[in-house]
Amino acid sequence: MADYHWPPAEKRSLIGKKISRLDGPWKASGRIKYSYDVNRPGMLYGKMAISPHAHAKVSAIDTSAAEKMPGVKAVQIMFPVGSEVRWAGQEIVAVAAETEDQASDAVRAVQIQYEVLPHWVMDSDPSQAGENVDKSGGNETKEGDPDAAFQSAAVTHEGHYGASVITHCCLESHGMVCEWQGDKLTAWASTQAVSIIGGQLATALTKNGIPTNASDVEVITPVMGGGFGSKFSADPWGLACAQLAKKSGRAVKMMLERDQELMEAGSRPSLHARVKVAADKDGTLTAWQSEAWGTSGPAGDSPAALPYVFRIPNKRITYTSVLTNTGPARAWRAPMHPQLCAVTMTALEDLAAKLEMDPVELFRKNLSISGARAKEYAEELDKASELMDWKKKWHPRGDKTPGSIKRGVGVSLHTWGGRGHNSNCQCKVNPDGTVEVSLGSQDLGTGTRTVIAIVAAETFGLPLSGVQVNIGDSKYPQSGPSGGSTTVGGVSSSTRRAATNALNELLAKVAPSLGVNADQLEATGGRIQVAGDPSKSIEWKQACAKLAGTPITAMGQTSPDLMSSGVGGVQMAEVSVDVETGVVKVEKMVAVQDCGLVIDIKTAESQVFGALIMGATYALYEEKIMDQQTGLHLNPNMEFYKLAGIHDVGELVVHMMTGPGYDDRGVIGLGEPPVISPGAALSNAVANAIGVRVPEIPMTPDRVLQALGKA
Amino acid sequence: MPKREDPKETAPPVEKSKNGLDRRDFVKLVGGTVTAAGLFSAGTLVPQSAEAQENPARGKVIGPGAVPITLKINGAPHKLTVEPRVTLLTALRNHLDLTGAKEVCDRATCGSCTVHMNGHAVYSCTVLAIDAAMSGADIRTIESLAPEGQVHPLSAAFVANDGQQCGFCTPGFVMAAKAYLDTNPHPTYEQARAALGGNLCRCGTYMGVRRAMVTAGGGTKFPADEGEE
Repeated sequence: MADYHWPPAEKRSLIGKKISRLDGPWKASGRIKYSYDVNRPGMLYGKMAISPHAHAKVSAIDTSAAEKMPGVKAVQIMFPVGSEVRWAGQEIVAVAAETEDQASDAVRAVQIQYEVLPHWVMDSDPSQAGENVDKSGGNETKEGDPDAAFQSAAVTHEGHYGASVITHCCLESHGMVCEWQGDKLTAWASTQAVSIIGGQLATALTKNGIPTNASDVEVITPVMGGGFGSKFSADPWGLACAQLAKKSGRAVKMMLERDQELMEAGSRPSLHARVKVAADKDGTLTAWQSEAWGTSGPAGDSPAALPYVFRIPNKRITYTSVLTNTGPARAWRAPMHPQLCAVTMTALEDLAAKLEMDPVELFRKNLSISGARAKEYAEELDKASELMDWKKKWHPRGDKTPGSIKRGVGVSLHTWGGRGHNSNCQCKVNPDGTVEVSLGSQDLGTGTRTVIAIVAAETFGLPLSGVQVNIGDSKYPQSGPSGGSTTVGGVSSSTRRAATNALNELLAKVAPSLGVNADQLEATGGRIQVAGDPSKSIEWKQACAKLAGTPITAMGQTSPDLMSSGVGGVQMAEVSVDVETGVVKVEKMVAVQDCGLVIDIKTAESQVFGALIMGATYALYEEKIMDQQTGLHLNPNMEFYKLAGIHDVGELVVHMMTGPGYDDRGVIGLGEPPVISPGAALSNAVANAIGVRVPEIPMTPDRVLQALGKA
Repeated sequence: MPKREDPKETAPPVEKSKNGLDRRDFVKLVGGTVTAAGLFSAGTLVPQSAEAQENPARGKVIGPGAVPITLKINGAPHKLTVEPRVTLLTALRNHLDLTGAKEVCDRATCGSCTVHMNGHAVYSCTVLAIDAAMSGADIRTIESLAPEGQVHPLSAAFVANDGQQCGFCTPGFVMAAKAYLDTNPHPTYEQARAALGGNLCRCGTYMGVRRAMVTAGGGTKFPADEGEE
């Protein structure tokens, strides 16, 4: 039985080191082609006519004028007469033309008539939403005896908390380039699911009168410009792209315009809650009650599992989905966790303030009900406190120093699963010594390509340059979509197994020439050698020459022994708030994060730095603002849909928990967890600074002033 | 010409493009109906350039149909035929397959389309190709930094400091950084921040970007990555 286990720390030459991402040079020199950059011979440009109404029935479509416009080669109705539009931005008709401007002209010439229906786009108060609520998913859940626990509690706190709807705002918008050769379709798609969306396209095309086999669709995504959970589907515009390409007999590029990207290509559900929480005098949490609501767009959503992390013994929770005529929600990095965290950790911090207790102490006091990661939390609270200099910086609520700039610190903690997805890896060792590692996976900018190379090179005892990684193409063995922090566990374990299987075949070929059994051999430093006796060895290339012209091809599949699930994580934030303008400035953020065995410390740290910045963005700046009068998204652009710039980021400190107790858990995903806590940590820091809670994130200046009673 | 926000330390005087229009004038003109009517009649653009003597289009009504123009890009003239409404970004990406500059916000907010015109960083999504052609601007794209297959030291600094994740904003950051480093090769962190204030990243790579710019500018040799050959 082959030994697949990760090498012990002292034997790792690449795993756990700081290694630069392999595709970095291609990206930073502007040479690598994203889907948006693919230019095919004779390619047309696709654009779409979208609904200006949030709720309407399509009553008539006339494309005759559009068809006659200069440069137009194909028109496709996407959303036929009689269909019900449920958000402004719904695509109705797609056109393909010789230039982008001609396609835009043609879109303007499409005549669409609507029967306008009443709309509802607000989620701030379900009691005003009338019929537009769905309580079916979230009937009351009760545990223990909350009434008795609240009655006997030493301290009770009640408050309102929430997180607004935000969007994904991928810099490379959604879309693809489609090109047919006979019945075979090639799709250069900006996707998180290379191995999945070809099948989706084939099914949709077949249903729409273009019979297509999944095996005849190749999806290509060498790199992609951001997904964050919103790019798992071929999407209606992908289908339209393939249809237009079929009709015109030309390649077609169809990428969403920026406004479409923000209106309909993904949003994060809101969560608002009225919370009541109780504790004993020493801070032991005894009861939780929450009435929560939020919107995921036109469809309802599952109930919010409050409270977050802490399993408070007595609780009563309800959840109401507000149904809104807004672009539907898609998974957003760590689905629901940032919102649940922003409601829970803030309420607990308010409770700590009422107890005049350091919130770190309150969290520590309740680690026994924090689930499986209690040990990690304890260590991470210590480490984060040290890196933030928490004891020195924390003060009772409200910075009492004179002047309009108030400083404060906040803390939060979080958890995530991150078990590896199903992944298949093919490892090929060629007689000339070259190695190819192929998986139908994709690199979203997380470092997947680099992680695969590290694992393969480590296994073969080769330098990174000794392995070639092939990903981003559906022709390679199926590997799962990249979401939920499942990729690193999946691809690293399948690659480890495939590479070990290939190596063992090679060792068997080489063993006779070294006069030993294969199980006495190891691959290290570019050689195959007798374990413990480097004098008996053979160079990698010479070893591969013994394959007599036939390459080794070995497979490996995700396996549970190399990976695990469940991480903790603690974050602290320090802010200064101008109480005259309401502007919050991030001074410092600290992230202490575990994720089992880290394959590449460098890209792992980058993930966490990025999560802190993305988190500060949703905590302070970004919000999808809807207008009830018109039913329109008011800021579907990047001037008013605010992302943090380089000026807005203070000092960021990232510490990865590694070593004994962490490494031996195997590989666990990292993409989601560090983006969960920033909202709560920053909200708590603002409360600590100004003495009152800003209930909703983002904490824009108007909301800060409102909380201060100045607006 | 839409000038990017330059850091205070080196803010150059606001230049008029050679046809005598900068963006502020343009906005004023479009806003003020009387003057605008003189410049734009029936969707046609009358070039006002006195300097562009060599351009055969001078003095003629151009558009709205496609017209031949010559863009000076990365040191070489490129002849193409575009409608006057085509932006420099579209000309680069769709007509010349120079796709290092990215289209993201399409309205001079995010900086992903940054290229150099006469040494200054500009948002190419908000420059008309015909304007860039008639002014005879020296246009440099990220592809000019190093021959294909090679990596410019500044790009290498982005790699070494991991100043990129998905990488879609990265060419814009590199070009913004390059324009600034050409004027001030040894920036402080604060200056680096100011120079890159016109670019946005969604993945959150600002820490690495800033380190990359400062270390590249300082001519620092990067210590070999731990464990990397």
